[in-house]
Amino acid sequence: MKLTSARQPPSDVIEALTLAELGRFCHAETDWIIELVEHGILEPGGLSQIEWRFTGINILRARKARRLSQDLGLNMAGIAMVLDLLEERDRLLHELGMHREV
Amino acid sequence: MEFQDYYEALGVKRTADADEIKRAYRKLARKHHPDVSKDAASEEAFKSAGEAYDVLKDPEKRAAYDALGADWQSGQKFRPPPDWQSDYQFSEAGAEGVNPEAFSDFFETLFRRGHPGSGFSGDQNLRGQDQHARITVDIADVFRGAKRTLTLRVPQVDASGHVRIRDRSVSVSIPRGITAGQFIRLKGQGSPGLGDAPSGDLFLEVVFAAHPQFQIVGRDVHLTLPVAPWEAALGGKIRMPTPGGSVELKVPKNARSGQKLRLKGRGLPGAVPGNLIATLQIVNPPVKTEAGREFYKKMAAEMSFDPRAEMEE
Repeated sequence: MKLTSARQPPSDVIEALTLAELGRFCHAETDWIIELVEHGILEPGGLSQIEWRFTGINILRARKARRLSQDLGLNMAGIAMVLDLLEERDRLLHELGMHREV
Repeated sequence: MEFQDYYEALGVKRTADADEIKRAYRKLARKHHPDVSKDAASEEAFKSAGEAYDVLKDPEKRAAYDALGADWQSGQKFRPPPDWQSDYQFSEAGAEGVNPEAFSDFFETLFRRGHPGSGFSGDQNLRGQDQHARITVDIADVFRGAKRTLTLRVPQVDASGHVRIRDRSVSVSIPRGITAGQFIRLKGQGSPGLGDAPSGDLFLEVVFAAHPQFQIVGRDVHLTLPVAPWEAALGGKIRMPTPGGSVELKVPKNARSGQKLRLKGRGLPGAVPGNLIATLQIVNPPVKTEAGREFYKKMAAEMSFDPRAEMEE
């Protein structure tokens, strides 16, 4: 006999988003997303905009970019630099963690 | 509900002008931004500053807030004056920038205004907004998958336009092999739609809980592994803890402190599982007995070893 479990909402892990989906995901216009790509902040797979697929770290970078733009008023160049420096800092913090005494 | 001191939150005097308030907010926003700061307390500080700024930057809201009087202390029990709802009607300056997550009860009751019907003509159907939240996942859960229940605080507008905070529980399954920075989508768990339109989705950003021993880089698990001098010198198999259970590791003879040993495929699970990387750290046993001291003296006499041989005068 099958037991009915508590209703579980359908959930999935996001693997890839199209340009339009990423725009909706970030509450942003697609033009703004295209600008992120033009600044090298995002690197989608696919040749044309219709084929663009944003995966992995790109989705998180787009979210962070949106927050940095809205909360701190950063422009594209500022966003690109902050994201690069944050990734650099996280790498260094990790290095530092590895040398910590146990 | 508890009173919120917005001037204190921004660190400005009650007499501060609009420019001072803006400067104070910008400084705090940079310092405590959740994407920038690593400090756990920062998220709260960022939220408080945002809430305070939302009220103090708006002359209407600031005037209403000031009218409550200057005698209130942050955290003091507070009840809104009975005539509050009818006295003030705040014009929300567009939906952009309005945080869909709930601010404090104090803010939501006093300053958040729903607009039932306003802005939408007739029976227009509009898909509900997507919502975003973070979910902290223990590294051990990545190995076996887990079910979790999240409680979200959601502001909801009732028929009369009043805002009530509702706690909503959502159960989430955390799939095995998920990594930090990925998003879990719960279809239809965002804000309800208008009319017959569907609800929005709820997106959960996965963040790993800090672990005292293991550090995660991509799918690789790093740890510092303490070994005794004889284990390092003689080599052999030792057992070591990993987030996925304990495993056996072969230490080579004459292993050095700082040497990295890699166990392929023993990192986070996935289509291409990560590696486990153990950095050896030789730990000397403290010598507490005479026998122990004799032992070291014997080593000193029998082993010709100068750890400073390479150093120049």
